[in-house]
Amino acid sequence: MSRPGQPRFMRLGETGRTPITLTVDGETIEALEGDSLLVAILTARGRLRRSEFGPEARSGFCLMAACQDCWVWTADGHRLRACDTPARAGLSLVTEQPDLSWPNRA
Amino acid sequence: MTEVKRSDVLIIGGGIMGASAAFFLRQRGKSVTLIERGLIGQQASGTNFGNVRRQGRFLPQLPLANRSREIWGRLNELLGEDAEFLPSGHLRLAYTEEMAGRIEQYGRDARPYGLELEMISGNVLRDRFPFLGPEIRAGSYSPLDGHANPRLAAPAFGRAAKRAGAEIVERAEVLSVEQEGGSFRAGTADGRVFRAEQMLITAGAWGSRLSQQFGEPAPLVVHGPQMAVTEPVPYGLEPVLGIATTIPEEIIYLRQVKRGNIVFGGGIRGPASAETLRAYVKPENTLGQLAQITRIVPALRRLNVIRVWSGIESYLPDDIPIMGPSARISGLHYAFGFCGHGFQLGPGVGDVMAELIATGRTSTPIEPFTIARFASSATNQTGGHP
Amino acid sequence: MAEPRLIIVGAGPAGIRAAEQLVAAGLRPVLLDEGQRDGGQIYRRQPEGFTRTPEQLYGTEAARAVALHESFEQLKPQIDYRPRHLAWNVADGVVHTISAGKPGQFAYDALIIAAGATDRLLPVKGWQHAGVYSLGGAQIALKAQACAIGRKVVFMGTGPLLQLVALQYHKAGAEVVALLDTSPFHRQVMALPKLAARPDMLLKGLRIVAGLMASGMAIHRGVTPVEIHGEAEAGVTGASVRLASGEIRRFDCDAVGLGYHLRPEAQLADLARCAFTFDAGTRQFWPEIDADGRSSVPGVYLAGDGVRTQGADGAEISGALAACAALEDLGRPVPEARRAEFRARARIMERFREGIAEAYPWPAHLAADLPDEAILCRCEGITVGELRDAANAKGADEVNRAKALTRVGMGRCQGRYCGHAGAEIVAAATGVPLEAVGRLRGQAPVKPLPVAAGEVEP
Repeated sequence: MSRPGQPRFMRLGETGRTPITLTVDGETIEALEGDSLLVAILTARGRLRRSEFGPEARSGFCLMAACQDCWVWTADGHRLRACDTPARAGLSLVTEQPDLSWPNRA
Repeated sequence: MTEVKRSDVLIIGGGIMGASAAFFLRQRGKSVTLIERGLIGQQASGTNFGNVRRQGRFLPQLPLANRSREIWGRLNELLGEDAEFLPSGHLRLAYTEEMAGRIEQYGRDARPYGLELEMISGNVLRDRFPFLGPEIRAGSYSPLDGHANPRLAAPAFGRAAKRAGAEIVERAEVLSVEQEGGSFRAGTADGRVFRAEQMLITAGAWGSRLSQQFGEPAPLVVHGPQMAVTEPVPYGLEPVLGIATTIPEEIIYLRQVKRGNIVFGGGIRGPASAETLRAYVKPENTLGQLAQITRIVPALRRLNVIRVWSGIESYLPDDIPIMGPSARISGLHYAFGFCGHGFQLGPGVGDVMAELIATGRTSTPIEPFTIARFASSATNQTGGHP
Repeated sequence: MAEPRLIIVGAGPAGIRAAEQLVAAGLRPVLLDEGQRDGGQIYRRQPEGFTRTPEQLYGTEAARAVALHESFEQLKPQIDYRPRHLAWNVADGVVHTISAGKPGQFAYDALIIAAGATDRLLPVKGWQHAGVYSLGGAQIALKAQACAIGRKVVFMGTGPLLQLVALQYHKAGAEVVALLDTSPFHRQVMALPKLAARPDMLLKGLRIVAGLMASGMAIHRGVTPVEIHGEAEAGVTGASVRLASGEIRRFDCDAVGLGYHLRPEAQLADLARCAFTFDAGTRQFWPEIDADGRSSVPGVYLAGDGVRTQGADGAEISGALAACAALEDLGRPVPEARRAEFRARARIMERFREGIAEAYPWPAHLAADLPDEAILCRCEGITVGELRDAANAKGADEVNRAKALTRVGMGRCQGRYCGHAGAEIVAAATGVPLEAVGRLRGQAPVKPLPVAAGEVEP
């Protein structure tokens, strides 16, 4: 079964695309051009974020921009919906909510 | 017609005013029936911003606001339920020197009423509240004000009143009210009749429909507050923030709830109808508010709004409520038309009205709010003197 | 007289066929679509650089998908196509959009809403764990990204999508541990007369069933979901159901695709103030429409799965019909013969829709039977017990009241995925009929609106 950090999604094809690299929580991950951000992260990791109101990790749900369960933060504090944002080379993302001083950094 | 219930006091309208009055009347030993057309706290009491703010109010209203604030502080033990009151402080902000001067003057004027405000500006303001935007010049800090959950407060009062023995009748629309042989009578749309020795009308936007049956119409108009809430983010904005301004588009207030969502409202009011029971948020108003909240806290620009809502609030021409005894009929009382600032006052209004009804007097001055101030216009409306 | 301003929301089968009719009548509609590319969810196109064939992507529906995509390519120069435009609100004859963070406004004389559907969900204990996806989501992972949602996948729920996705996963090389359908087989048999309204679809359905039988995956019908097992960090570890025999069986897996057919995305219609009506057959509220797709609001037309779950073929016809209705109301009637043909086909689609709804019923009793500790609202982490308490102890026998007291439906998804089950729970707890328990009133924005949009002049 999937342990923390173990990839959740499994690629079944279309693997001939150009590789790109992104940074997630400070670590470099490999993805493919044409991946959504969600797929880029979940083919390398087990989760996208944490629930605000429960102990559990979250990894998206609907993949069609309806459930809003796949928002991740960019390293500079912006929010991206992972399922309908294309992965771009060089993006740096964090899967933990920033600390309580977030409003002090405009 | 069957006599359903006879009680000491009949309250018409189950918003926070009526529900808290029912609760405090029970504490004073009066038998109470509260009749509500829909559900307790469903209209303006449940849809407002949730400000428990005293500063900035009409000065003669401060004794009432202070009395209410004291109740907010012990609300949970009083009701046995959590209405999420958070005495997080309230910061009233100014963009201009002129408005900074005004809020400073307000601080001086409020002191005799027992409201201590701290004027903060420049680097001190930014050191203490580092999330504020560069346009903010000064702020007046009220450390004991805060916010609460409007969806919970009035229903909690209603349930506590019920537990204390009040009769709470929901989904019953009162169509007729009258005085009959020294007592009051209310008839509902479904044919029920209620009687009582005294009557309190706390029917919000629908108050004048009832008061005019006693010859005391009030020039109420309705508007919809334009409210919105963001997704939850870590709790980091402690005080309630509000802008003091004379420019309607600039009016904005926001608060972060402990769960993390940021609630905001203000600006141009939207359409509402007391007839259809609907109120709307205009999309352009929401966009306008977004531009304003980032002036106060620039970091909000990273967030998303997940929901907007409105409600049916009633306003009077002088922007202060009707509260107190009828000017014409003994035993009849009013508390409605709170002009978008009734939530903080709610518990105090209930307490004061209960005192007034039970003892015939009140230790908190409420004279400025008498319905008698509209008596001449009422005469005009009924086609009397020119 | 100025050209009438027509707006279509949604570039799926309904929206594209609506646009086609409008273009044929000499108009140039605005087509607003949230997606990056046309096709909607059902005929969603894979990103540039992907190489699978339409047959691999769309299976038996490849020809229809290709036909729709080709129609769209031909239409494109003749319409004002706005991809990546979320219609977040509508008021006073203006659709409000957000695109790349910028707000936009599109005034209309006629508005055709073809917003599509999302999965209809019913919670099961543990569905908040990482690795649980909606069936539609599981399909998108495969169709749009050539991925499986896990290494060992269980599909659970009911509806045509359940079987289709399970088979698609199997064919693509994923390991499907089990297909667990809450609908007993006899319901499908009983629905045959209505399903026979579309013999072609019935045959395709039978072929899917045959394909599943041949796949070797465990298939159980008439099951009762018990729990999705999982750990806070690792996510899904298994799924348990009570089989029709009464035996509780656990299937080890690391992903679950969950869904109970589809529900209309009717928020925009709601914001346009269209009247809704209760459908006893599917136990949900949906917008009122006439036979051609006119809503209760003049100038607003509704088409596709965003109003009735008829599937892609039905959506194409309802889109065309809605456009014909709009044209007629604008004083540009379409040839009666053409419309008569659409209407005749629409009746067949509606009969088939009823058949599907009867064959794969919404299992309302499962919501009523959920344990108190199950999470109902995934967004806010609200349990079934909290909602029951509000319904019982606090008198919240209406969904909007229950929402106000418990936050169920107040989270990021705005009740899309917990709303129907929440209503069932309130109805069961209070004994109030579902129809009277009501529906969550739609509130803007349709989807999250970036605060930064306020910094841009519209």
